Amino acid sequence: MNIIDFISKPWPWYVAGPMISVVMFLLLWSGKTFGISSSLRNICSIAGAGRYYKYFDFNWRKEIWNIVFIVGAILGGYIASSFFQNLDPLKLSNNTINDLSKLGIVFSGELVPNEIFNIHSLATLKGFLIIVIGGFFVGFGARWAGGCTSGHAISGLSNFQLPSLIAVIGFFIGGLIMTHLIFPLIF
Amino acid sequence: MKYIKFFLIGILFGIIMTKSEIISWYRIQEMFRFHSFHMYGVIGSSVILGMIQVLIIKKINFKNIGGKIIEFKNKKLGRYNNLYGGIIFGLGWALTGACPGPMYILIGNGYYIFGVVILSAILGAFTYGAIKEKLPH
Repeated sequence: MNIIDFISKPWPWYVAGPMISVVMFLLLWSGKTFGISSSLRNICSIAGAGRYYKYFDFNWRKEIWNIVFIVGAILGGYIASSFFQNLDPLKLSNNTINDLSKLGIVFSGELVPNEIFNIHSLATLKGFLIIVIGGFFVGFGARWAGGCTSGHAISGLSNFQLPSLIAVIGFFIGGLIMTHLIFPLIF
Repeated sequence: MKYIKFFLIGILFGIIMTKSEIISWYRIQEMFRFHSFHMYGVIGSSVILGMIQVLIIKKINFKNIGGKIIEFKNKKLGRYNNLYGGIIFGLGWALTGACPGPMYILIGNGYYIFGVVILSAILGAFTYGAIKEKLPH
């Protein structure tokens, strides 16, 4: 992989995976633990939810680093998409393209299907379900499980945590049910 | 200024997640349909390298920037919550095609509708905090 490819082409898994473990290491080295869904709790706490519910009643000032990290990540997304843009359309497997087309979802070559993820689709039942109920499930489920993909799947599994293994199995049970059993009903 | 390092690590994270297309709704569908190795390769290699890294850190008592030995907090094992919460998370992950990290990073990529996804996720976290005592753990 030369430097031009590195900048203009998507990164393969064997570049991305090791780099994510570097991110995990840098956070450990900084005295923190990699985990993103705690930010959802922190935001509630910053907004004052601690006055009403004990779960949000903690010193959120100690967790500000987590919000700073996220602001950085948003900027990272902006930098990558503006200056190191992947020039070719996304190379999705043909099997997935076929499966999705049977559900009536056209593969756009972009990161997400724009026909679903737009402000107008919020007013439709399907769009509301995907955007609002989907988001709600992610937030509710991650907090009930005690972590998300970063906290459980990456940090937790790396530290041989049984609760994390159970949670990750749960992630896949839920994802497979949604993809294979519920998607055909929604779309 | 003590926060600048987290800002920089965040930028790195956002770039990795964007360049490797992990934030793509389509890639998550591909993963749940077992049509590509990409996502499994990303998660698998980061976990294996993560395990090696944790073992080494523990073995040599590696110290963090503040000079303290890095301690790993154990995740709390619940009889129900890890699995039930995990399943609900998975349902949402397949719907939105994004876990919390990608939700934020997609905004940086110009997909502003994910701001609504995040607000919904915050509402989900709030609801959990509100009814926590009534849920099995």
